[in-house]
Amino acid sequence: MKHRPFFAGLLIAGSLFASHAFAADADQIKASQAWIRVMPGTLPAGGYVTLANHSDHAVSLKGASSASYGHVMLHKSSTEGGMGRMEMVDSLSIPAHGTATLSPGGYHLMLMDAAKPVKVGDKVSLTLNFADGSTLVTDFDAKPANTVDAADAPMDHAHH
Amino acid sequence: MNAHDSRTKPSRRFRLLALLGLMMGALLLGACQRGDQPWRLTNVSGHMPDLDFKLVDDHGKEVSGADYRGKVVILYFGYTHCPDVCPLTLAQLHQVLTKVGPAADNVRILFVSVDPARDTPDIMHAYVNAFDPRAVGLSGTPRAVEALSKRYRSAYTREPDKGDGQYEVSHSSALYLFDRDGKARLLSTPANPQDDLVHDLQLLLDKGA
Repeated sequence: MKHRPFFAGLLIAGSLFASHAFAADADQIKASQAWIRVMPGTLPAGGYVTLANHSDHAVSLKGASSASYGHVMLHKSSTEGGMGRMEMVDSLSIPAHGTATLSPGGYHLMLMDAAKPVKVGDKVSLTLNFADGSTLVTDFDAKPANTVDAADAPMDHAHH
Repeated sequence: MNAHDSRTKPSRRFRLLALLGLMMGALLLGACQRGDQPWRLTNVSGHMPDLDFKLVDDHGKEVSGADYRGKVVILYFGYTHCPDVCPLTLAQLHQVLTKVGPAADNVRILFVSVDPARDTPDIMHAYVNAFDPRAVGLSGTPRAVEALSKRYRSAYTREPDKGDGQYEVSHSSALYLFDRDGKARLLSTPANPQDDLVHDLQLLLDKGA
């Protein structure tokens, strides 16, 4: 009987210690240049973002979700061998004190089953999910279909 | 589905190898003829057939390759449910035509759907117009699309259905450039810098070629 309180106390103390000592992954990530390519009607769209990791350990992005889309999946595109193809990926690692970029032609979020058509200029809230279970809510700017990259402003045709 | 995949894979690989072989051959020929034409893209003049097809445009009108004589044509195979590579390519082509300037009104981007089951003329119309007013969406019967694909040694394969009606289509990422007479002239890949495409399009337009 005397040991039970001791074990319980140890577990509680350990748990408190752990949660106090390690911040959630999401808190270590800064999202920037988040945008969505607006597609006609409810066609699938690409979501793109730059993720900077300010922690001392790699952080793993597992996917995302949104009230605006029925399905959001983490994908990677390639044009190796002259073929355009796309595949689902389980996670994307953001290195310690480093950056991972989801950009057209590479890693991206595939956004499907739009609850309603997204319009250029909208801000769409997406929840980014990390391996430790923490989440980061980020607003993605809805940009025209013919946007080439995050720095491509509508009507701006300056050379990149 | 597996049987279908195993049947199409050798065919796809063969056509892919044929395309790569053609590109290598064209590169060698281009090297030999370096002083002949100032092209920056892969010169395929005389090595690919003229622009010819029977498809339906994004107004639901039956069209053929002959309908685009007088225009410089960029032919690209893709599909609307491709959310990343296809929009990027079309966005880049919009950028290219913007750089070319007013002369680009004599260019047509022919976006041929390799997913005719989903890409109806209406959907294609909304799609291509989102990118560039000079883009035309072409769809048709699977047989007609396959005929055009084979004609230019392009390859596409419908990947297995994921069970919810969603499926991807792997497809050639090459751009085929034709002159105003419908002659195949140049091949461009994602590896080619955008300015090379701008440069060669301007030549095709300037030469009235």
